[in-house]
Amino acid sequence: MYVAVKGGEAAISNAHRLLADRRRGDRSLPSITIDQVAEQLGLAVDRVMAEASLYDRSLAALAVRQSRGDLIEAIFLLRAYRTTLPRFGSSVPLDTAEMQVERRVSATYKDLPGGQLLGPTFDYTHRLLDPSLLSDEAVEEPARRNAGDEQIMRVSDILAHEGLIEADGELPQDHQAGDLTREPMEFPMSRDLRLQALARGDEGFLLALGYSTQRGYGRNHPFVGEIRIGEVEVEMDVPELGFAVSLGHIRVTECQMVNQFKGSSKAPPQFTRGYGLVFGQSERKSMSMSLVDRALRAEELGEDITAPAQDEEFVISHSDNVQATGFVEHLKLPHYVDFQAELAMVRRMRADIEGARDGETEMKDAAE
Amino acid sequence: MSADLATYNFAYLDEQTKRMIRRAILKAIAIPGYQVPFASREMPMPYGWGTGGVQVTASIIGPEDVLKVIDQGADDTTNAVSIRAFFQKVADVAVTTHTKDATIIQTRHRIPEQKLTEGQVLVYQVPIPEPLRFLEPRETETRKMHALEEYGLMHVKLYEDIAINGRISKTYAYPVKVDGRYVMDPSPTPKFDNPKMHMSDALQLFGAGREKRIYAVPPHTEVVSLDFEDYPFEIQTFEQDCALCGAHGVYLDEVVLDDKGGRMFVCSDTDHCEDRREHGHVGAMLAPNQEAAE
Repeated sequence: MYVAVKGGEAAISNAHRLLADRRRGDRSLPSITIDQVAEQLGLAVDRVMAEASLYDRSLAALAVRQSRGDLIEAIFLLRAYRTTLPRFGSSVPLDTAEMQVERRVSATYKDLPGGQLLGPTFDYTHRLLDPSLLSDEAVEEPARRNAGDEQIMRVSDILAHEGLIEADGELPQDHQAGDLTREPMEFPMSRDLRLQALARGDEGFLLALGYSTQRGYGRNHPFVGEIRIGEVEVEMDVPELGFAVSLGHIRVTECQMVNQFKGSSKAPPQFTRGYGLVFGQSERKSMSMSLVDRALRAEELGEDITAPAQDEEFVISHSDNVQATGFVEHLKLPHYVDFQAELAMVRRMRADIEGARDGETEMKDAAE
Repeated sequence: MSADLATYNFAYLDEQTKRMIRRAILKAIAIPGYQVPFASREMPMPYGWGTGGVQVTASIIGPEDVLKVIDQGADDTTNAVSIRAFFQKVADVAVTTHTKDATIIQTRHRIPEQKLTEGQVLVYQVPIPEPLRFLEPRETETRKMHALEEYGLMHVKLYEDIAINGRISKTYAYPVKVDGRYVMDPSPTPKFDNPKMHMSDALQLFGAGREKRIYAVPPHTEVVSLDFEDYPFEIQTFEQDCALCGAHGVYLDEVVLDDKGGRMFVCSDTDHCEDRREHGHVGAMLAPNQEAAE
């Protein structure tokens, strides 16, 4: 006999117990430590920090471990923690020209002040599985050199001297940077909010959209002016002191995309820019972000809006992977009440059609 | 890393956030059916799983409240269990499955069968708050349509439904007009529940976390399901009675019994069903046992 389903509570608790078991895996193997995750899966940790908008390597590493390596789940964990933190204020804008650069490449110049610095990159590695990583072989110390005094000037500054590239733009003195985690979102967005949304947007989604602009859906003729990865100082103005105090250093990846622009009724011919800035080391994300940022400036620059990547409401509404995964996965929650309603409707509609068909046959029979 | 990660405030949200949400709720009550944007927080459960409802409940709940959480009309569906456990953990409030004992009822997809009374608050979890969304995907457009009370598109859609299917084929999330002004999405409750919203004695609050909207129907407010004079609004009817409690005129779930087409129908509102059985009502499925016991 049918018994109404009971025991949801016990089922949930048992499911979570099993999850913990699967997370730990084979007990005969040593448990992975947070430090190991932070050190040896550093790029996973970087992605979690970037898309969770919280710069904390230990907590991000904890989230990666807790989520069994499911990075969107880890991002979600870290965001749910971030949301409870008090806000003390805003930092002063980062000065990426002062970055302690570990990697810096420009595709627009052969050589430039500060040089091309390859840094720790996968580029030019041959993607051959490395058997030496099957065991714990000793790894060479990296080659080092003393940092020169030469400031590694930004490519955008080089172009700016010639007046060929659009300037950084001005904001009113009293402009407070927006925060979409604290205010309801409204379209059209200001560029600061849009960049915030892109910086925490899903890497895969932005990658695909950036790619689509290259393939002709909102083409914007990009050149990598510069990508730089390194540590920058974060400072905050303390009103009582009257000067900015240092809060420490964070590692970021910055991409300045330089885009050829023939001019429109709104802007003269010049090089325009798309901007990407991401916590940690992620060139893919910062490059995709700068392509999409540039695409989303179509309206501002008087370009025709013809492609998905140029459509602000479409891009920003769907770039957040925590929102997206929640809503897609909520489909597995019970929907049987609504399904029942649809079931009854479909049955009625089919009965109507069958009734009408039977009616026709009878009419035909009668006529014959 | 600090050993204790965080200590959470009563009902999880910080007081600043609660005040912000309460302001949105007050505005929503002042303009029935209007979707108030609010700075939805990231919650420790996924978007689409009731974050809007949870934020509304967290903002209005006090230590003396009694909370009931249902999903599909049932108190023991997994997500209802999970949300109830969340509030027990972070707010330590009394919980109940009895509709009449609850001061706050958070729901997904149903309105309880028992008539709600003055002083009770029904909190709906809303996935897509915009009733016009399936006609126009752009928020910038739909907000304009609401501002201008431009609902022609919706009536055209309902008319087309009749022209093509012979009836309005919307069976849940059936649009309503609130207080003669705003067209509102009642959340994906079956249209069977729409009449319960009309002139309700209880306050009805709607929270959409992912979409960052709150709206409300204050007590004793007109809620009219959209229809035409010649095609009036109708609710679902069931030929059967509840197999367990014999209830008629309630919303039923169809339960598959075997692979030979065996079906039974039982109350979707589990509390209503249990209450009726306690009061001696018996459905067809339980009746033989009853006789055997006698």
